[in-house]
Amino acid sequence: MDTSHLFASGHSACPGCGQAIAARLVLRATGKDVIIANPTGCLEIFSSNYTASSWEVPWIHSLFENAAPVASGIESALKATGRLDRITVIAQGGDGAMADIGLGALSGTWERGHDILTICYDNEAYMNTGIQRSGLTPYDASTTTSPAGEVSLGNPRLKKDLPQIAVAHGLPYVATASVGYPQDLDRKVKKAVSIRGPKYIQIHVPCPLGWRHDSALSIDIARLAVQTGLFPIIEIEGGQLTSARKIGKKRGVEEYLRPQGRFRHLFESPAGQQELKKIQEIADRNIERYALIRAG
Amino acid sequence: MKLTVGLVARPGTSRANKTGGWRSDKLPRFLQAKCTACDLCALTCPEGCIFGEDKNTYWADLDYCKGCGICANICPVDDIEMISEVC
Amino acid sequence: MAPRMIRGAQAVAEAAALCRPQVISAYPITPQTVIVEELAQMIANGKLEAEFVNVESEHSAASVVLGASATGVRVYTATSSQGLLLMSEVLYNIAGMRLPVVLTCANRSVSAPLNIWNDQQDSISLRDSGCLQFYAENNQEAVDLLLLAYRVAEDHGVMLPALVCVDGFLLPHAYEAVDVPEPKEVDAFLPPYQPLYRLDPDEPLTFGAYAEPDKYMEARYMMQRAQEKAISVIQEAGHSFEKVFGRPISALMERYRMDDASTALVAMGSVIGTIKDVVDELRSQGQRVGALKIVTYRPFPKELIYHALKEMENIIVLDKAVSLGSGGPLATEIRAAFQGSPQPPRVSGVIAGLGGRDITMDTIKRIISQAQKEVMEAEFVDLREDMELEGVD
Repeated sequence: MDTSHLFASGHSACPGCGQAIAARLVLRATGKDVIIANPTGCLEIFSSNYTASSWEVPWIHSLFENAAPVASGIESALKATGRLDRITVIAQGGDGAMADIGLGALSGTWERGHDILTICYDNEAYMNTGIQRSGLTPYDASTTTSPAGEVSLGNPRLKKDLPQIAVAHGLPYVATASVGYPQDLDRKVKKAVSIRGPKYIQIHVPCPLGWRHDSALSIDIARLAVQTGLFPIIEIEGGQLTSARKIGKKRGVEEYLRPQGRFRHLFESPAGQQELKKIQEIADRNIERYALIRAG
Repeated sequence: MKLTVGLVARPGTSRANKTGGWRSDKLPRFLQAKCTACDLCALTCPEGCIFGEDKNTYWADLDYCKGCGICANICPVDDIEMISEVC
Repeated sequence: MAPRMIRGAQAVAEAAALCRPQVISAYPITPQTVIVEELAQMIANGKLEAEFVNVESEHSAASVVLGASATGVRVYTATSSQGLLLMSEVLYNIAGMRLPVVLTCANRSVSAPLNIWNDQQDSISLRDSGCLQFYAENNQEAVDLLLLAYRVAEDHGVMLPALVCVDGFLLPHAYEAVDVPEPKEVDAFLPPYQPLYRLDPDEPLTFGAYAEPDKYMEARYMMQRAQEKAISVIQEAGHSFEKVFGRPISALMERYRMDDASTALVAMGSVIGTIKDVVDELRSQGQRVGALKIVTYRPFPKELIYHALKEMENIIVLDKAVSLGSGGPLATEIRAAFQGSPQPPRVSGVIAGLGGRDITMDTIKRIISQAQKEVMEAEFVDLREDMELEGVD
């Protein structure tokens, strides 16, 4: 059965939207026997303007911070009525919803061990409200609430490590993925769905509007994030690292940062140049931590 | 228009919104010459409006294509090019 | 079943269990916790089959029952005070999504200052939310109104969530004689839940789409009409209740010795018990006093209230809450019911019992004689004379 269009055309995502690509790929992997809880955010807004809906599967939007407990309620109802075996419950949303405002409730859902696949579409800011800084906004990114300026180099904080928070909850399956590697994403979603219990996948999705890059480059930029080591794509199962996508030829972070307007300020001043070194260090730490470069 | 109790919407009704009207200048032309049917264009189209099965059969539904240019950029054999709407 | 002397929390839990919820969410807050504890024990002993979800906040407690209700099952939760306020965002959402979630609110004051004792500020603060609201005088009503609430909430002409309000500590922690019905009777009164729409991969639907200005007002208008419809649904459910259970229920309101009264006290909840005792005492002294117990607060049965009170010379509304900066919420709505009538009664509003301050028979008698002399706007009764209140002249 063709599952590539369970997320239908006609939605109002920006041209080149990474999240729209990922949302469709997720459903392509799961098939139609799902129920989705989706918080407020870009995906929810561009897919569900009454009477229009892009969802060919059962889907519910409640509030900004409660996709996880709504999904917990759905899962509990399915369990109570003996239908959980046949239906995958998904709680999916952006980084603002899942990593920030919804984190407390998400922790509760993970801790209780509900059989739910949680997905964070990580475009690294509150995009739907116009590009504000979130807990997953990377170091030195310029957003409207962490703007680069005369005395600022953008966001002064590192990305919150949500995958490790998931691991700390004892989740059987935690993974990161990128819309730049669709087959890898497909494999991970299918694997997650086959496992009982709480699963988490964080999918890196470029946002042409918020990251300020040409819409045609969404996939390229997603790949560069991985190839520079800034967004490692890994799997952690039962607390153990079981896969990390290797980088073939290492690329300096500049190659990833330069095409994006949100990092432009780093190329326009000596202070900015110093920051590039720091970002390279972040990438190098990831490369070492996850052994992303083949030895020898 | 009917408002259901709780404003429950029917599936796939977004298809009534022909987002092809968003294009301002560029649209993809599928040369159908060197295509290997790798499916990358169809997989990575944000609109899900690229279809194809065998080599050199891929095409975009221009009713929905927003002209983002990802397909032309991603094709590993350069078999898709962005051309101007204005002939 | 014959009445048993049981704790209110146990009666409420047994009633909730009889309604066959399949998903229950629970988060502790005094004085409601005793109810969910009873339910947990029932499940642990195999007396109730339900998914019992111990959530990490009341916002999630409400979200869990929202998700479960949207999946087509009957649900239950309970809360009080700060918990209800934390749930409030979700309760407005549940109402707008037209899901018949039913919960017990063990009424408690709201912080600050922190106070765990009874008043009705918590549920009254939700009066605009679209939730139905019922107020129980005693633990029998705490049981009966819960059954009624499910029946009314799930009516396809209503489809709104419902709060069954029981005065915290005074009801859940008190032992009273309560007739908890038999399962057969409850099943006859309350059939299985039939959702209008539900989340189901076999018939995929989208819940919670956003509505632009060209249709949001209509959606809210639909809710207003559903609230209005609920009045007749409540009346009909009340009649059915009496037939099935063989005993009366005051579904909308109760008129107590109102027939030839010239002064009436109006209130909601357990204070009505004390008020009835005062009425009896004053009647024995020849005073023509009566009481009107408001049971259904939302929808507000304005017409019926008007007719029940229109012959009165003096009406005294006792509010266990205050709309700060304005006055007693119930008093305000009672006054509004007489807007435009040719000879409106004198309506006095008193604020009493906040934060668990006892309301005695003496207090009520004093209020009555004061109201007969002068109309009170929004009088805080029984304020302590021996306290200095900084900043208050």
